[in-house]
Amino acid sequence: MIGVNRQGEVWVFAEQEDGKLSDVPLELMGKGRELAEILSVPLAAVLLGERVAHLADTLIAHGADKVYLAEDRRLAHYQATTYRHVICQLAEQYRPQICLFGATPLGRDLAPTVASELKCGLTADCTDLQIGDHTPPCGDVTHKNLLLQIRPAFGGNIIATIVNYDRWPQMATVREGVMVMPKPDPSRQGKVIRCPAGLEAVAAPLEIIETHRQPKRVNLKAARIIVAGGAGVGSRDNFRLIWDLANCLGAAVGGSRAAVDLGFVDHDHQVGQTGTTVRPALYIACGISGAVQHRAGMQESAKILAINNDPTAPILSIAHYGIVGDLNDVIPKLIKAIRGGERIVKAVEAAKA
Amino acid sequence: MGYNCVVCVKQVPDTKRITGQAMKEDGTVNRAALPAICNPEDANAIEEALAIRDAHGGTVSVVTMGLPAACEALREALYRGVDRVILITDRRAAASDTLATSYILSRAVSKLKPDIVLCGRQAIDGDTAQTGPQLSEKLGIPVITYLEQLLELSGRRIKVRRNVGNGWEVVACNLPVLVTVMESANVPRPPAARRMMKFKKARCPAEIAKTLEDQMPDATPEERTAEAKRRCEELKRRGLLIEQWDLDDIGADLAWCGRDGSPTKVHRIQSVVLAGGEYREFPPTEQGVAELVGELIEDHTLG
Repeated sequence: MIGVNRQGEVWVFAEQEDGKLSDVPLELMGKGRELAEILSVPLAAVLLGERVAHLADTLIAHGADKVYLAEDRRLAHYQATTYRHVICQLAEQYRPQICLFGATPLGRDLAPTVASELKCGLTADCTDLQIGDHTPPCGDVTHKNLLLQIRPAFGGNIIATIVNYDRWPQMATVREGVMVMPKPDPSRQGKVIRCPAGLEAVAAPLEIIETHRQPKRVNLKAARIIVAGGAGVGSRDNFRLIWDLANCLGAAVGGSRAAVDLGFVDHDHQVGQTGTTVRPALYIACGISGAVQHRAGMQESAKILAINNDPTAPILSIAHYGIVGDLNDVIPKLIKAIRGGERIVKAVEAAKA
Repeated sequence: MGYNCVVCVKQVPDTKRITGQAMKEDGTVNRAALPAICNPEDANAIEEALAIRDAHGGTVSVVTMGLPAACEALREALYRGVDRVILITDRRAAASDTLATSYILSRAVSKLKPDIVLCGRQAIDGDTAQTGPQLSEKLGIPVITYLEQLLELSGRRIKVRRNVGNGWEVVACNLPVLVTVMESANVPRPPAARRMMKFKKARCPAEIAKTLEDQMPDATPEERTAEAKRRCEELKRRGLLIEQWDLDDIGADLAWCGRDGSPTKVHRIQSVVLAGGEYREFPPTEQGVAELVGELIEDHTLG
């Protein structure tokens, strides 16, 4: 168990697979830098694996002051027991004040077991992280400069801010896409600290027999335009409308959690707190009421168009454009207008040329 | 040989079917406005355990921690065919976060000496997916998260296919092990009518005590205790008494339970209040839609 350590660093777990860094740790470097600067402590990445030393430069370029590097053949394939052991050992030695993990399938497997061994707190799927003070309800002591871990809860009816003021490190997971990845600066300098894995006496309980990776079928994060459907679309068959609109715009298809849970569209398409966070140039929300978890995943889109038959739907409160009407009626009209619009654009471009 | 399976379940508010005001004025969750159900993926964990028992023999026990009302989730498990159900309930366990919860569950589960511990991947009220992996760490056994298919179970070895988001993995491990089960792993069997007829009368001692408060308002505490004892014995004789454990029964160290045992504290709860939107409305007519598209083309959002 680690107590409060005001000099402790801010750590980001540098998730990698087969020698390739995931996006989340690089995204977390931006937020991690911000937190570390407020606290006037270094930002460090924790990099585990086999032959992964070359990734340290990328982490430093994205904002790490230090990289704790543990290389060992027993770390070649991730499993919770070995990774947990190395991270807990490093945490006991260096006593960081904050540890951030990506809320990826791997991060959600690893972070809870690390928190359990260190007997510290952990908040899942934060949509924002800040530094602030906390006074317990019946205490007179104010704990200064804590990590405020902010996340929607209870089906989006509340936004909870969680702190842990006595048993550190303060740990949180953050979904991919929630934080903005900083631009790498190759001239940044940082220190690589090689650490022993210390796994000689640790048995790896899982035998990994076969791994199969499929490239992501949907790249929501890179899409310029996203057309998303919610429960209001009504059925998987009717979701065809969303695909049609997306196809005529060259857009990606997204779905609210309700649409995914109802089986209208696959989980890869889910936008929101427990799906992907997106910032496209245009987000078209069709039949999505706009629970806070969904809004958390798309409200920073440059333009939002909401199509909903309920004029009181929360999605309209963050939309730039709204059409109150039946999507079955509006979407075909929209497709028609866009096809017409394409002709207009082409005509204009042809005239210019 | 059979396997001793222990399934941990949670009763959760049905966040998809919220009625009334979900928040009270003081900022706490109004649980009365939220209908309670057994967490969906925990039902998948129960099904996986029942399938193991069907194929290999053994027993399936279900453990839950919560208020006496959580017995409803245990009765549901009995309808589906589990052998034994246990409620962990104790005022001192209130306000436990995932760390304290996994500690308390570990004390109860280890008493049952399981070969395989099964949990749903995550609960729909918090979506944290933390309690399963943390329970494995507290029990000192390996964890296999995201089970999608049980491929092989023979002797002391289990082989499963797990869904890792961007693909899948086949992993094997020696027992005992904790697995977390995905919704895609199976379709839970429906409650059996005959078992439902029998077990709908199953109660835990705390539920009986509560009923007696209503039924015997004028009785002395001694009279009520005597009647409660009589009813518990009667239910036990008919195999309908739900076992109820408190923190002393499982030898839990109170320093690791409830509020004191939970490092995470609530700093602030905000009800979600929406500011009035400043959006531009276009009518759902051909002309309205065309106007909107024209505007989007003009500012280069489209085209």
